[in-house]
Amino acid sequence: MIKIWSMKKNEDAAAKKKPKTSAAQIRVQKDLTELDLPSTMQTHFPDPNDLLNFTLTITPDEGMYKGGAFKFSFAINTNYPHDPPKVKCLQTIYHPNVDLEGNVCLNILREDWKPVLNLNSVMVGLQYLFLEPNADDPLNKEAAIEMSKNRDQFLSNVKSSMNGRNIKGVQYDKVSVS
Amino acid sequence: MATAELTTTQKPDWAGRYFHIDQVLNSGGPRTDPQFAAGDEVKKFLRETSKILVIGAGGLGCEILANLALTGFKDIHVIDMDTIDISNLNRQFLFRPKDVGHSKANVAAEFIMKRVPGVKVTPYFGKIQDKGEDYYMQFHLVICGLDSVEARRWINATLVNMVDESNPDSLKPMIDGGTEGFKGQARVIIPTVTSCYECSLDMLNKPTAFPICTIANTPRLPEHCIEWASVLEWPKVFADKKLDTDDPEHIGWLYKVAAARAAEFKIEGVTWSLTQGVVKNIIPAIASTNAIIAAACCNEAFKIATSSAAYLNNYFMLIGTESVYSYTFEHEKRADCPVCGGEAVDINLKSDTTVEQLIDILIEKQDIQIKKPSLSTSTKQIYFQAPPQLEQATRPNLEKKVSELVPDGGDITVTATTLPFNLSIRITYSS
Ligand SMILES: [Zn+2]
Repeated sequence: MIKIWSMKKNEDAAAKKKPKTSAAQIRVQKDLTELDLPSTMQTHFPDPNDLLNFTLTITPDEGMYKGGAFKFSFAINTNYPHDPPKVKCLQTIYHPNVDLEGNVCLNILREDWKPVLNLNSVMVGLQYLFLEPNADDPLNKEAAIEMSKNRDQFLSNVKSSMNGRNIKGVQYDKVSVS
Repeated sequence: MATAELTTTQKPDWAGRYFHIDQVLNSGGPRTDPQFAAGDEVKKFLRETSKILVIGAGGLGCEILANLALTGFKDIHVIDMDTIDISNLNRQFLFRPKDVGHSKANVAAEFIMKRVPGVKVTPYFGKIQDKGEDYYMQFHLVICGLDSVEARRWINATLVNMVDESNPDSLKPMIDGGTEGFKGQARVIIPTVTSCYECSLDMLNKPTAFPICTIANTPRLPEHCIEWASVLEWPKVFADKKLDTDDPEHIGWLYKVAAARAAEFKIEGVTWSLTQGVVKNIIPAIASTNAIIAAACCNEAFKIATSSAAYLNNYFMLIGTESVYSYTFEHEKRADCPVCGGEAVDINLKSDTTVEQLIDILIEKQDIQIKKPSLSTSTKQIYFQAPPQLEQATRPNLEKKVSELVPDGGDITVTATTLPFNLSIRITYSS
């Protein structure tokens, strides 16, 4: 027997109970309580006791999406941070990197996720998509084509989509707050 | 099973049965641990006293069970929640076509007992999470042959949390094996002493994930088409139905949709089994890699149980994709590991101490250096510094007595920006 074992049972040593807090739970607590969000981002917990499901509202204060309030759902599973959080846009928005079902093309949400990243990095990454939409990684192809071919038309489409208009047969949600 | 047990326990060990193994148990070598009790004592421990748990009765598990039984472990337990699938038969050699659909743990246990007289294998057909500390406490050693990160994290955390300083028996060495194609690793985890599974979480090969925009726009591989079907199309078509990767109808639907997309983009190679492999994230399993890793794990189990030779410290990596390369190193414990890292301190409070006062006590504690701590128990938040909504929701707790929220002897998890890790405090009250 290696040293760490004693061959005789130590009958009188009662097992001390240890905390039942899971590693995922501790990481989520650490990530959330250390969030350092600018005033343009706000979290909301429908059930404050459930830290694993919440929404994030981004209200860009510059760029072409300024004036809109964009809502995302976050779902964290018990295998966090091995698994990335699942993030979806809750509105139908006109954005080259967000499709009409709310899927988001952000590398750190999938192929580039690492356990050293945290919720703050994901949120900052999402906000960046509104400051610098990227036509090279399109999820809404039409929006991406418009953005690279005809920037003025694209900007005007962004504005009218945010006001809840219809563009090329697609009804967008009104997200404009002003 | 009852009859197998009867006949095997009645049969004495025949002459020469352990001739080879006894060569290493009869006397120590120059480098043997001084604790080594050569001869009858160590044999008696191995064959009569020791109790070992095998988690997983799949590709690695079958090999591990056979190796342990043949090395002389006689009281083996095995847990597996899976049933045997026809696709397992190419490498999980304890199973036959007639066993398809039956519990892996049950069939494996029965097979080993029939084949190796005198060995008792106790199966449990279910999840490791069904069992509590009292169950895991009965074993001397745990070997894992799992393919799930989640299950490994669970058993690792359970074994680390079980360690009780005042009870040496609560320390259960865990040997973890894993393979992926020609690659594999075997490691020895001595909970709280060596680095644990959670410590190495960021070292893991992550499952291949393709950029979602590639899947949506420029598919080139059959996998892209399958992910298109499962990640984008499934939620679109079945908004509220969760994809069940074990449901053949669900896989069938994905296959059909992926195949249509592949045809559209002139991509070849979408098959039913590839579809299943991609969505279930099945990594190719090679029987011989399993054999190498299982053998390494079982030799370590034998050495740890007998002290007959130095055991692995603590990580063995096999890289069969570059010729046969292997590398052994000591993986270091992470101070900020949420499972084995951090610190535990005992704090004694008056029964009327408030949460706010406790926070002040923590901030003033010189040895911790903590600013803006957030506190919780395993079931509820006590006080969160952020985000604003949770700060507001927990603020009323600041005025409450800690004793209203945490029982005597209860634990509080503390996190803070200034702490690279978490801190666990155990609260006791004096009147
Ligand atoms: Zn650890």
